[in-house]
Amino acid sequence: MDSIILQILNGLDKGSAYALIALGLTLIFGTLGVVNFAHGALFMIGAFCAVTLQRILNFSYETIDETKKDFLGNPLKVETPYVESWFGPEMGAGIIEWSVPLAILFCIPVMIAVGFAMERGLIKFFYKRTHADQILVTFGLAIVLQEIIKFYYGANPIPTPAPDALDGVINMGAIIGMDITYPIWRVVYFCFAAVIILGIFAFLQFTTFGMVVRAGMADRETVGILGINIDRRFTIMFGIAAAVAGLAGVMYTPINPPNYHMGMDFLVLSFVVVVVGGMGSLPGAVLAGFILGILESFASTAWATSLLPGINQVIIYLVAIIILLTRPRGLMGRKGVMEE
Amino acid sequence: MSKQNLTRRGLLKTSAVAGAGLAVPTIFTAQSAAAYMNEPTGSTVTLGFNVPQTGPYADEGADELLAQQLAVEHINGEGDGGCLNTFTSKALQGNGILGKKVDFVTGDTQTKSDIARASAKSMIEKDGVIMVNGGSSSGVAVAVQSLCQEAGIIFMAGLTHSNDTTGKDRKANGFRHFFNAYMSGAALAPVLQNVYGNERRAYHLTADYNWGWTQEESIVAYTEAIGWETVNTVKTPLASTDFSSYIAPVLNSGADVLVLNHYGGNMVNSLTNAIQFGLLDKEVNGQNFAIVVPLYSELMATGAGENIKGVYGSMNYNWQLDNEGSKTFVQSFGEKFGKPPSNSAQTCYAQVLLYADACERAGTFNPCGVVEALEGFEFDGLGNGPTLYRAEDHQCFKDVLVVRGAENPTSAYDTLEIVDITPRAQVEYVPNHPMFGGDEASLGTCNPGV
Repeated sequence: MDSIILQILNGLDKGSAYALIALGLTLIFGTLGVVNFAHGALFMIGAFCAVTLQRILNFSYETIDETKKDFLGNPLKVETPYVESWFGPEMGAGIIEWSVPLAILFCIPVMIAVGFAMERGLIKFFYKRTHADQILVTFGLAIVLQEIIKFYYGANPIPTPAPDALDGVINMGAIIGMDITYPIWRVVYFCFAAVIILGIFAFLQFTTFGMVVRAGMADRETVGILGINIDRRFTIMFGIAAAVAGLAGVMYTPINPPNYHMGMDFLVLSFVVVVVGGMGSLPGAVLAGFILGILESFASTAWATSLLPGINQVIIYLVAIIILLTRPRGLMGRKGVMEE
Repeated sequence: MSKQNLTRRGLLKTSAVAGAGLAVPTIFTAQSAAAYMNEPTGSTVTLGFNVPQTGPYADEGADELLAQQLAVEHINGEGDGGCLNTFTSKALQGNGILGKKVDFVTGDTQTKSDIARASAKSMIEKDGVIMVNGGSSSGVAVAVQSLCQEAGIIFMAGLTHSNDTTGKDRKANGFRHFFNAYMSGAALAPVLQNVYGNERRAYHLTADYNWGWTQEESIVAYTEAIGWETVNTVKTPLASTDFSSYIAPVLNSGADVLVLNHYGGNMVNSLTNAIQFGLLDKEVNGQNFAIVVPLYSELMATGAGENIKGVYGSMNYNWQLDNEGSKTFVQSFGEKFGKPPSNSAQTCYAQVLLYADACERAGTFNPCGVVEALEGFEFDGLGNGPTLYRAEDHQCFKDVLVVRGAENPTSAYDTLEIVDITPRAQVEYVPNHPMFGGDEASLGTCNPGV
């Protein structure tokens, strides 16, 4: 029983990442009609926002410690972060330790700016082109972005730990008298994803801006005829989708140390999630994200792989095929989307 | 008088036949003139450094390239001479190889076997390299070694840890300086027994490809020999990024040791995930839970950060080794590049020097002469202590390092500390060992390429 609950928790956690990325993807597709293969790169850039802030907070000055030697036998250069000298060793170390949560604030404006730049600088020129063209150009952009990150940060993963207070484990089964220890940060990630997802839905559902966007998603031309500048709103939605992907990346860094390739690792799966959920359907993307996350977790257990060797590697694609055969529009796909 | 109609197709056919006819003698001339493949005829000799310059091991490849460039400098008599001063063989004089200045070209393996082969093929055919060195993967090493055997070129492997490279896939033209999975097991087991005792239950997570399988096989054999029980061995896809679904079952398996047969990004992520789930803070079967990473590298240790603290593993070389060869190499590399060398860098440096030295001693670049010079060659002074290149399988035998994640590192370079130097005798095995292809494994014969 413990292990089943653990795998459900793992699935929800994986599903959180899939859902956040897929949400942004389907938001862009639903509004702008663009198949954005650079969305994984936005997730990766978000993660590197956390790395960048960590490095900024770790800017140091050097002092020479004559009592210690470096690897060449010279006196050791000791680096002390400016933050520690400005705020005192304890508070300075505390600020550095909380660099990942602080990176949320740093990430939002950066990602919105990146999103605007991408949309205005490149993607808008491909609105009227075929989806194949859009995929090619955005995939190319993703490769360029990851190579830029690799150039500056290297190919090796960069450890970006969670604050000590959120770095341990919590007994999730204490309430029901079971011993189910689970990493605190993964619980934080799930809660964070839930807040973001609910926030996006509330924004679209309960604000005038959201209402116009939803109307535009349903019938862009009619909204335009009514004199509303829908393009500007859709550009803003691109920025918001980029920020969502970036935030997913920032919060993911303590789970796995980020590297330049992490966006590609999530990209294909996220597209499967979008297709299974239904192209252009926001609730579908979220639902499919969590379902596929949980299925993937169970397929990775020892009993599943001993029963069906290799099932852990194909489960998501297998389920995608079954769903698309039985429901060609996906779980919650809208009629007419990508059917022309 | 006959009338002939000259058609376009006819002309093309005739030209093709005539061209081939003219080319055949040229090919034969070229082959018969050279005693062996890519025989250097000018004042220089070209080496091919085939390392990952892009992809997940690009940083490791960059480090290999630095070491290879340093080796070339030293062979050509530039810089401080490095390990030419400590190498027990004194054949190299700092004037190139056999009087020819050493030049090099580089290729990008991308850590993909097909691309690595294509890159090596291009270096051999277009650049005329006489030896290929480098790489950070066993799949790449086996593929490039096979190509070099077919082409008649010497392959001096870089980082490759699978038993198969000098086991069932051994080749006469290929040589491995790096240690292997069997040696990791042989070196680690006594230390693990000492630290964790005999009554342990181990759970293995293994990267699902050739290297992972051979490492798992070796570690299982050696840990069971010291009395440990193997609870489960689970294969994980190479493309895995989040290992939480594989870690969670460990918690309820009754295991008290987790062995991570992972390398690179897989290892960084699986170890990070295992620490997140609090495995090292657990007590199972009345004992503290332990994690073992049989193969370490400095870059992986950096990527895993503080998670490696107290975690045991093994290495081919570590810059903290206290012998003359190592100190000289660290000084030379450190002065030039501002950091100590990684174990893949040291491997490539040693391989380039060993190749050059073998040519000098053989008095030829002919691969068969080089093979003969390297087989059974015993040396010291390159950083690993006394070393033997065994003739039967072209595997290097030297002491193996058991390391542990340091509790209080003073810099980014001493995150791993040496806890034991396992003597060479303890990691030796017979050339026809079942894990190395048994009686069927054979080097074949050296191929000079003509």
